[in-house]
Amino acid sequence: MFEKADQVFLLLRDWLVGFLPPGWRSAAGVVLGVIGIIAVFPGLFAITTVLERKGLGRMQNRLGPNRVGPFGILQPIADAIKSLTKEDIVPLNADAVVHFLAPVFLVVVVFMGFAVLPVGRNMVLVNMDSGLLFYFAMGASTEVSIFMAGWSSRNKYSLLGAMRAVAQMISYEVPLLLSSVVIVMMTGSLSLVKIVEAQNQYSWGLPHWYIFTPWGCAAFVMYAVAATAETNRSPFDLPEGESELVAGYFTEYSGFKFALFFLGEYLAMLSISGLGTTLFLGGWSAPLAVLNWVPSWIWFFSKVMLSISVLIWVRGTLPRLRQDQLMNFAWKFVLPMTLLNLMVAALWRFMGDGWARWVICSAILLLVYVGAGRVGMRREHFGPRTYRYAE
Amino acid sequence: MSFVFWFLAAIAVAGALAAVLLKNLVHCALALTVVFTGLALLFLQLDAQFAGFAQILVYVGAVAILVVFAILLTRSSETPKDGGVFSRTWMAGLVIAAAVFAVLGWAVLQSEAGLPHETAVPNVTVQQIGNALMGRYVLPLEIVALLLTAAMVGAVIVAMHEMGDAK
Amino acid sequence: MAALLFAIGLAGALTRRNAILVLIGIELMLNAANLNLIAFWRYMPHPEALTGMMFAIFSIAVAAAEAAVGLGLVISIHRHAKTADLDEMNRMKG
Repeated sequence: MFEKADQVFLLLRDWLVGFLPPGWRSAAGVVLGVIGIIAVFPGLFAITTVLERKGLGRMQNRLGPNRVGPFGILQPIADAIKSLTKEDIVPLNADAVVHFLAPVFLVVVVFMGFAVLPVGRNMVLVNMDSGLLFYFAMGASTEVSIFMAGWSSRNKYSLLGAMRAVAQMISYEVPLLLSSVVIVMMTGSLSLVKIVEAQNQYSWGLPHWYIFTPWGCAAFVMYAVAATAETNRSPFDLPEGESELVAGYFTEYSGFKFALFFLGEYLAMLSISGLGTTLFLGGWSAPLAVLNWVPSWIWFFSKVMLSISVLIWVRGTLPRLRQDQLMNFAWKFVLPMTLLNLMVAALWRFMGDGWARWVICSAILLLVYVGAGRVGMRREHFGPRTYRYAE
Repeated sequence: MSFVFWFLAAIAVAGALAAVLLKNLVHCALALTVVFTGLALLFLQLDAQFAGFAQILVYVGAVAILVVFAILLTRSSETPKDGGVFSRTWMAGLVIAAAVFAVLGWAVLQSEAGLPHETAVPNVTVQQIGNALMGRYVLPLEIVALLLTAAMVGAVIVAMHEMGDAK
Repeated sequence: MAALLFAIGLAGALTRRNAILVLIGIELMLNAANLNLIAFWRYMPHPEALTGMMFAIFSIAVAAAEAAVGLGLVISIHRHAKTADLDEMNRMKG
């Protein structure tokens, strides 16, 4: 019975597709999968916006939106109606074609990234052999659309915001890739389905998730940092900081296009959390072996929502980093740590089973983390303050 | 060949023409991005999955952005004040390009006569690529790594040195 | 088709004034060559030798490196000569 609940979406799809003649079945199956993705993830996006506004509100000692539904749950519907009916202003000097294409491109690319995430047992839209590479290729393409948005507005602030955003995204792409490469190295495959299956084994009731290994934990931390920077979220959200650059690269967008950008950004957040759970937290596998009766997709979505909640929590808690601090952090600290992590993972593989490798690998990682943190990231020491008074 | 091929080929050629003919440089860069994507899709159609995704990742994700940054940093995004955007010797360039196209087209058409058109679909897994990289192609791999390092250091020095000069 | 792309890239590289467009043309030419490599690899006998694909991947990497260096050079020339216009740069002495 529980296997049926697990595979219920696949069974549904097979039943629906069974109505069509055999030649059309596979294509129709794929189309149904796409419809499923388009239905589910924006639904999650709506829940995320409510969660974020209420959560941030509570962290800032105020209530979030509470007018629209009970506890403000229907807020996303109000937002959608508002953005659809707002006037769509395009500046006179703006490049109309590029201005129009930028949000469309962003949303298309982010949706394509969802195609390779294994949502449940046997439930992945496209089982590609190099699924992870495809995902990162899509991630790299989002930068182009951000640049298009910033450039086409013919606005100095938008352009500056776009350049800063692109620089930040490029710098953090390398740590993102490198921390995922460690996982690929240990699994031996770029296919996301195989990565999840490799984590689906249990020993003494605890699963073999990669986050429970020292190199996996370090890689997860670095992946989380790089992921928040990739999606321009706090504390790395200088490009869209309200107090810095009006709204950064989407200053000139209003109405539906702004809603598309918003959608694209939150969907990117969801998709990167999805990838993070697939790589590190075990995808759709259950935390304890006894809990395997719960359908796998419930585990996947709950883990994704957990990561999103952590992202929102971090946004409400940490102050924003300045651009040069951000880039400094990326190139001088995160990148060497990811390289070191690669070597530690290789060491782990060569040391064979046993408790010794846990101790040694953890020790290396912690020592370098603390040491490099103290030495490399030392703040400049300012002298005592001198005051200059207006004469 | 198939409809998909013609469609993608049309997109790539249109993008290429746009990239070299448009007045506004940023439009040219965006057309270049379209060409890269079209080519990547063509690679995918030819069953070269790794090359296609690597093309998107490297070219669209990095090189296109590099070109755009360079356009912005050299302020070439404003329209040129005098003359057109084509150099004075444009006719010679066109003639040379047409001649090269003729020669290349002739060479390709000549060689196509002896090709077996339908081989079995090569199912190239990433593991095979990895094995090949570590096995047969280790030397090119190391040399490319050295080249990339040298290029990186060189680019930084070239860009940085001038900043010290301009002070 | 690769020949066509190559020719367009070459025409672009030879006829435009701005240095960056020349680089764009060069990138187009490299891409066209890559396309040729992959296409011929696919349809030749022994595609499992992976030669074409390997060559194409290395070529992508090398082209990216060369684009970076080239654009760095263009930027530094711009700093020096205040223009990126190739018709103006007809002296060697700066």
